[in-house]
Amino acid sequence: MNPVFLIVGIPAAAALIFSFVSSYRIAAHANVLASALTFAASLVLFGDRPATSAFILIDDFNIYLIALTAFVAFTTSLFSARYILHEVEIGRLQSGNLRFYHAMYQAFIFTMLMVLTTNNLGIMWVSLEGATLTTVLMVGLYRTAEALEAAWKYFILCGVGIALALFGTILMYLAAQPVMGEGLPAMTWSALLGRVGDFSPAILNLAFVFLLVGYGTKVGLAPLHAWLPDAHAEGPTPISAVLSGLLLNVALYIVLRFKMLLTANAAALAPGPLMVTMGLASLLLASVMLYRRRDIKRLFAYSSIEHMGIITFAFGMGGPLANFAGLLHMTMHSLTKSAIFFAVGHVSQVKGTQKIADITGLTSSQPLLGWALVIGVVAIAGLPPFGVFMSEFLVLTSTFGRQPVLALLVLAGLLIGFGALIRHIQHLAFGTGAGGERASSVALLPLFVHLGLVLTAGLYLPGPLVTWFQNVARLLG
Amino acid sequence: MPIRVPAGYDVAHLLDTGVLILSFAFLYHRRLFGILKLYSVQALLLAAAAAWQAYIQEAPHLYITAAIALFFKAITIPIALHRIVLRLKIHRSVETVINIGPTLLVAVALVGLSIWLVLPMTTSSGALTRESLAIALSTVLLGLLMMITRRNAVIQVVGFMSMENGLILAAVGVKGMPLVVELSAAFSVMVAFIIFGIFFFHIRERFDTLDVHDMERFRGESR
Repeated sequence: MNPVFLIVGIPAAAALIFSFVSSYRIAAHANVLASALTFAASLVLFGDRPATSAFILIDDFNIYLIALTAFVAFTTSLFSARYILHEVEIGRLQSGNLRFYHAMYQAFIFTMLMVLTTNNLGIMWVSLEGATLTTVLMVGLYRTAEALEAAWKYFILCGVGIALALFGTILMYLAAQPVMGEGLPAMTWSALLGRVGDFSPAILNLAFVFLLVGYGTKVGLAPLHAWLPDAHAEGPTPISAVLSGLLLNVALYIVLRFKMLLTANAAALAPGPLMVTMGLASLLLASVMLYRRRDIKRLFAYSSIEHMGIITFAFGMGGPLANFAGLLHMTMHSLTKSAIFFAVGHVSQVKGTQKIADITGLTSSQPLLGWALVIGVVAIAGLPPFGVFMSEFLVLTSTFGRQPVLALLVLAGLLIGFGALIRHIQHLAFGTGAGGERASSVALLPLFVHLGLVLTAGLYLPGPLVTWFQNVARLLG
Repeated sequence: MPIRVPAGYDVAHLLDTGVLILSFAFLYHRRLFGILKLYSVQALLLAAAAAWQAYIQEAPHLYITAAIALFFKAITIPIALHRIVLRLKIHRSVETVINIGPTLLVAVALVGLSIWLVLPMTTSSGALTRESLAIALSTVLLGLLMMITRRNAVIQVVGFMSMENGLILAAVGVKGMPLVVELSAAFSVMVAFIIFGIFFFHIRERFDTLDVHDMERFRGESR
């Protein structure tokens, strides 16, 4: 049997079943189980890779993203079970609000895996639209004025983004139709790649601009990022973790698929400079914005914009080394940022607030949690010996040789962001005057697994993984 | 593009342009109910345009798209929104962020922009496809403009839906595009979700008005 059917089938079936389960506890356990099964199924792909068909495409590029997505979905489900249970215990959430929480969680994972495994541009679009629908209710889960405003903003902005992306998709079909004829092949990515050299470059250019702006909204690229901090800050923390760790990556994956198409047509505009500009703008804007944040989840949401900027910049530069750095950074950011949100979720439960001003002295009052947060922030700020340092270092060195001015701008952005994070973590972790803490049950395992992986990647990248990333980097052009 | 009947080209244009003209009308109407009626007419024209394309392209599946537009967009949604407006007691005239005169000027500029963008780039496609694509892009951009210039949440939803009408217009105008029905259905689900969201989130209870400007005061922190 084709493993892809399992990978998308398990979350789809789970979503359906969970919508009939009214007990929160049962659903939470089943959620962990379903996510674990999906992750196991995703590993099968490494051994048994299905052939490319009109609807399914598995190549070196998406296979590792599928595994990463399923893995983060699994660890987040572990975190979520403990976190949400505590929210119910302290009365912040009523079990009625949670009626469809797990069904939505699995439906979201389903849409992510659909985007990653499909070969059809239309299905890709529908799946990403589905991702918006499934997450918007979860962003508004707390029903506070802020949460509702965040959900509305997320809905409208991403709706506009998704609409522009559809226009880009229609244009892509229009470009393909004279060459490929009518029907499915003209919307099948792998079929397009072979013939894209004969397409009209003018339509391709126009299509890519719409696609970049449309899907770029979901990546959170400046100036289209306005939904991101609100959605991350006001939604429940497990959702912040999957938004940052999965959704942004998957949206960027789509942009990269279209970039590959554009690159394969010699006469079309080079997609690189556009992506470099948007990436750099996001990096610089977000790193400056990091300073004045007062809400701890908003702080790390801006940090996500910063890192998506770096990744987009790296892929925009292109070439084997920069692409390698981009792929590595995508992985490292996904793991580190979700780990940070795990820690932040427990911290805000312990302290009963998300205001940075009211959270201080964590390492003395909550040693394990406090130090985990410190380690996470040190990793995301790009200090050795963590994996993020290595990928940022590669981005910089690969850029210095080709565009020294751009490299200096990236360096400036990184340093500005670094300063902000260190300033905040000093206050959060080492200040005095803690107190007023509540008891919380903490799921530390997912947190330490993620940080452990990031640390390992920083110290030693296994040979096969390096070869793998090099192959993908070559594929990306 | 082979055209089934001699008048096919003219009729398709007439319907497309009708959709676009209604997008202009959205921009100067102030009454909520008036805007909902206009939307209903726009959806009706879209349904006619889709059915006409189904006929001249001999693509029967586009009749489904036309049916969705007719029953869902031209009838169900306006009635649902009408009831929301009545229940939430917001049937007063709606403020605009920018005055109507400048808005219409910007709208004309946007139509010019889309013609300038689309026509030279798509010389390889048939004349009908090119021109309906330019009109569709104009409709999308005017919908976006409407969402930007109006503060009221219901009007923003109408703006979003008229953007969507533009997209469906583009999709049915491009010959033989697969999955058009599925894509238009997916979009309708999204629209239904948004309208459901207005109910679900009880925005009225929280904010007293559906004025998005008021909501922004509730932001977690000041910028």
